[in-house]
Amino acid sequence: MAQFFPPSANAYARTSLVLLIVIGGALGLTGYELASSPWVTREGVRPEQPVPFSHQHHVSGLGIDCRYCHTTVENSSFANIPPTKTCMNCHSQIWTNAPLLEPVRASFRDNKSLVWTRVHDLPDFVYFSHEIHVNKGIGCKSCHGPIDEMPLTYQANSLQMEWCLDCHRNTGKNLRPREEVFNMTYKQPDRSHAVAFNGVQFFDQEKLGAEIQKVYHVKGTQELISCNTCHR
Amino acid sequence: MATDGNMNMNELVTVKPAKAAPAEVESAAPVAPVLELEAVREQLAGAKGVQYWRSLEELSNKEGFDQMLEREFPRQASEWLDPVSRRGFLKLMSASLALAGLSACTKQPEEAIVPYVQQPEDLIPGKPLFFATARPTPFGAQPLLVKSQMYRPVKIEGNPDHAMSKGACDTYTQGSLLDLYDPDRMQAISKVGGTRTWGEFVGEMRDAAAAEKAKQGSGMRFLTETNISPTFADQMQGVLKLYPQAKWYQYDPVNRDNARAGSRMAFGQYVEAQYQLAAADVIVSLDADFLYPHFPGFLKLASDFATRRKPEENNPEMNRLYVVESQMSTTGSKADNRLPMRASDVEQFASALAAAVGAGGGGTVSNEAAKKFLDVVANDLKANRGKCVVIPGENQSPAVHALAASMNSALGAVGKTVVYTDTVETNSTEQGAGLKELVADMNAGKVSLLITLGGNPVFNAPADLSFEAAYTKVPLRAHVSTHMDETSRLSHWNVPSTHYLESWSDARAYDGTISIVQPLIEPLYNGHNPHEVLTIFSDSPGITPFETVQNYWKAQRKLSGAEFEAWWKRTLHDGFIANTAFAPKTVSAKSAAASTAQNNPAMEIVFRPDPTIFDGRFINNGWLQEIPKPVTKLTWDNAAIMSPVTAGKLGYEDQSVATITLGGRKVDAPIKMVPGHPDNSITVYLGYGRTHTGRVGSDTGFNAYKLRTLANSGYAVGATLERVAGKKWALAVTQHHHLVEQGKPKAGQSTTGDAAASRQIIRAATLEEFRKNPEFAVEGANEPVSKDITLYPNWTEDPTKTGAHQWGMAIDMNSCIGCNACVIACVAENNIAVVGKDQVLAGREMHWIRIDTYFESKGPADVANPRAYFQPVPCMQCENAPCEPVCPVGATVHSPEGLNDMVYNRCVGTRYCSNNCPYKVRRFNFLLYSDWDTQSYYPMRNPDVTVRSRGVMEKCTYCVQRINSAKIDAEKRLGKPDANGQPHDGKVHEEDHVQTACQQTCPTGAIVFGNVWDPNSRVSQIKKQSRNYALLAELNTRPRTTYIATVRNPNAELEETKQTETHG
Repeated sequence: MAQFFPPSANAYARTSLVLLIVIGGALGLTGYELASSPWVTREGVRPEQPVPFSHQHHVSGLGIDCRYCHTTVENSSFANIPPTKTCMNCHSQIWTNAPLLEPVRASFRDNKSLVWTRVHDLPDFVYFSHEIHVNKGIGCKSCHGPIDEMPLTYQANSLQMEWCLDCHRNTGKNLRPREEVFNMTYKQPDRSHAVAFNGVQFFDQEKLGAEIQKVYHVKGTQELISCNTCHR
Repeated sequence: MATDGNMNMNELVTVKPAKAAPAEVESAAPVAPVLELEAVREQLAGAKGVQYWRSLEELSNKEGFDQMLEREFPRQASEWLDPVSRRGFLKLMSASLALAGLSACTKQPEEAIVPYVQQPEDLIPGKPLFFATARPTPFGAQPLLVKSQMYRPVKIEGNPDHAMSKGACDTYTQGSLLDLYDPDRMQAISKVGGTRTWGEFVGEMRDAAAAEKAKQGSGMRFLTETNISPTFADQMQGVLKLYPQAKWYQYDPVNRDNARAGSRMAFGQYVEAQYQLAAADVIVSLDADFLYPHFPGFLKLASDFATRRKPEENNPEMNRLYVVESQMSTTGSKADNRLPMRASDVEQFASALAAAVGAGGGGTVSNEAAKKFLDVVANDLKANRGKCVVIPGENQSPAVHALAASMNSALGAVGKTVVYTDTVETNSTEQGAGLKELVADMNAGKVSLLITLGGNPVFNAPADLSFEAAYTKVPLRAHVSTHMDETSRLSHWNVPSTHYLESWSDARAYDGTISIVQPLIEPLYNGHNPHEVLTIFSDSPGITPFETVQNYWKAQRKLSGAEFEAWWKRTLHDGFIANTAFAPKTVSAKSAAASTAQNNPAMEIVFRPDPTIFDGRFINNGWLQEIPKPVTKLTWDNAAIMSPVTAGKLGYEDQSVATITLGGRKVDAPIKMVPGHPDNSITVYLGYGRTHTGRVGSDTGFNAYKLRTLANSGYAVGATLERVAGKKWALAVTQHHHLVEQGKPKAGQSTTGDAAASRQIIRAATLEEFRKNPEFAVEGANEPVSKDITLYPNWTEDPTKTGAHQWGMAIDMNSCIGCNACVIACVAENNIAVVGKDQVLAGREMHWIRIDTYFESKGPADVANPRAYFQPVPCMQCENAPCEPVCPVGATVHSPEGLNDMVYNRCVGTRYCSNNCPYKVRRFNFLLYSDWDTQSYYPMRNPDVTVRSRGVMEKCTYCVQRINSAKIDAEKRLGKPDANGQPHDGKVHEEDHVQTACQQTCPTGAIVFGNVWDPNSRVSQIKKQSRNYALLAELNTRPRTTYIATVRNPNAELEETKQTETHG
């Protein structure tokens, strides 16, 4: 019987093996990159909203506290999107004729809700709770980013599970004193800048984080990465 | 004659499998083991010691059963059942493969967020609110506390402050939530098919009323359900004043006419008997199924009964329950001594018992076993004067009620174990007689306008009244109901009625306490409340139900404006008006006359309300339809229930179809055999066989009302059965689904200690045995396996892996009455899907907690009267969980607090976990069972629990959503002063009352959940009891759910009889 495979077949075989790995790897990498790209995670995307509400103007410009609008952030899993009434508290007095605010006035007039597009949207099988994060010393900024500098609101982080777990595995690096949670200009301590906690000056986030973990009874990693912490 | 239960086994006849052509067997019919009674007999005769079995088939078909036992799901569950061709299958597969690939690449859709315009002040989105209200039933209001998420009622609980509920809630009420959101509810006012407005309806009714005014309303009739609302009664009196000749009738097919008539015989007036079972040492039930929610005052009866069934090592005392009954009921299953007896023989028995205790009556019973039973019961009653009570069955004749009253009075029970009070019904009438009068008037053309407020008389009126024919003779008929039903179909005007969670009303609980029925949501389907309909005929038309109810109470209370406002708010907040419970009445029972009832050997048929759909009102309720009825474990159907002996004599087997003829009326019914049912008697449940109902209730069961007449509403004698050849009726019975491996007793071992040694699932002892050996449940059990002999990580002892609490559960088998309230509470709490009859037939029901029924027998004679045990089985949350290591994707893992987490979004559906679960508590979504499309179900679901999709495994997680929310609350209290002024430690404590849904609703408190690391928690205390045992402990799974073994208190004298018969 004649030789079925010519000698060059060996080269083809080796090349295809290598190519298989390369192509497979490339596909995998592409998939991974795609799945964690802003196209999927919506990180950095500014969706169109009925009113181009500016957190930058209201927070850093006017100094309004987060909780003036997001009233239930300390008491509920949900931080509450302010009712039209909250907008009208001020806008019945100022900028009463601004065309930009017409949808707000119309909502109040017609008793019809404003329909916002959700910016931070976790999947339905994730049960995130604002109240426990805020009460344990996680600042707004840790998840929502520099919201006080956003003329149009966007999602500053990927909000993927990997990102959540990164903090749940090492809570110390983001903890801050409870009083500072809503402080948008808070800076983590470093050698040149101290943060006071329980009467002690801390110059090192690691030490501050460890102390807060102890005082606030922040749960251990095992509990925080346990599935039922977020999924049920 | 076959009146007794201890039937001689020689009468058992072998049933040969029918040679009928299986033409009409549904495609999804299960591979049901064939029942061979001869084999049952052999099995039982060959066995030594006590045997526990789930069904007769288990005893008869050993091989088939072993197969069922070894499999995770019954074989048919994993099979392709749908009639799809190979080509179609391939097409579907390729399409689904492509879609499955693509679905992984989809982006999450953009979602909108819609805030209020003006947010209500007390609302915190994400936190539930609780509102007190009540569910009116014909037997009194169920006081409730309803959980509302963003003003959507999502879960019904009992009102913990109310004496009749104490936080518990019954099966029907739990299920009634689904009715609120039922998309099949009537949605618009219509006149003969055409949609109309409320204004048009009011206009036409006013015109008709104006015409009636001239003749003082002589042609006007109102037909309502049993009324327990003081406001409605007041309104109705007002209307009847305006139209003095008009008449108001009340009719419910499951009514208390017999109790009423019995009460009149005994007391000369209608009084309500309130049994105080907490004070009763001896309870005798004369065919009374008082441990099931269709019995008036059930919740309190069940909880009081259970408080007396908790024998402890240092206080080994408990009550004793004798049951004489015509079916195998939950009450009979809990009996210490039980005597199956045909319903028609109970009156004679009662009369003889009355004579034996010196309470009038007379006569004797002819049957030996019954006579012996009677003597023993009579002696026990006499020995426990003032501490005993006799309860008559709702189905039983007025004479039985009168005899029971007479006995209670003679035995000094009045004022101690029973008190008599005013009636819950505002205007109690003889409902059957009333309906008969109405029919006569309709036939005579005297009725020109009939307003039917609720109810469905065309379907459920006594068959001999021919209500339908009479109804269609009325020139103007209006019907107010929630669904388009048989009555609606024949009415001119149809008005959608509100659900009780949508409207204002008031109602009395069985103890008389008045609750305001407060709505939680605006009517979803343009419903109108009966109060509102009645205002059309009053002199103050157009006022809302809210005003009607408030005005009535303003008039009643005579308080000033501000005071009334405060009173009103307090009442709504509390859910009831304090101190409105009935005061006991002083009445004396006449000595009852001897019964004149004659034994009639003909076949008897007993009509009972259905354990799941009641009188048919819940026919379109999938939650209730799918819960297995107690003891029979039947779902989605009713059946002609009979004893194996009777079925054998007549040559029937399960699922054969028979034409039942009674008084010339016929109906086709499937046969279901139940051990413990009296011979020569058939039990049928009412409410099925509806012709006009929604999608869920259509084509379920047969209509037993067709056989029920006015005179024989409880039972009738003289039925004949005829086999419908070649026909089978597939019955979806869950009795042998999810079988658990159990050991068999070793030869020569006594009951005590035996159960544990042979690793029995059920462990039981008599009170005597318990006194002698409190350790009976664990004695002789295998030595606990050393914690080191395991490949599992020993996480319980690794401090870095353990959380602040360790959750555990204890289930008291002595308290469980098998009422199914926990099953349906779990369904509501955890968004569990309804799968439908075909899927239940395939063994794919999704309930996370199931109630296994085991029958106990010591010998062949016990098939006629076995003891029964109820065992609720949720996930055991094993510390060494066999399901965990086999999951290839880590979708089921252990939490540091001892929960066996199930991560739905990670599950890929390999089903290895359920394959490896010895308790068979895992449920798999073989298809897309959750309804993702019907809009009206969205607001009903618990937002704290994921709605599962196809291909996902699911199971009980001890209501982890409730645990997590309690943990967050506790953490937030960290450092703040607690009740003792000490800084709070941020942990969940006993006083935080974190409860699972099943525990919260349990009427008898059989389920206790809590932190097992806290030695003072209730669950720890209960687990310390000597009767605490784990299922399949020898597998070293270390289950966190444990059981408290059953202790029974049978009368030794009757036990001897049983023994001799067994060995004789």
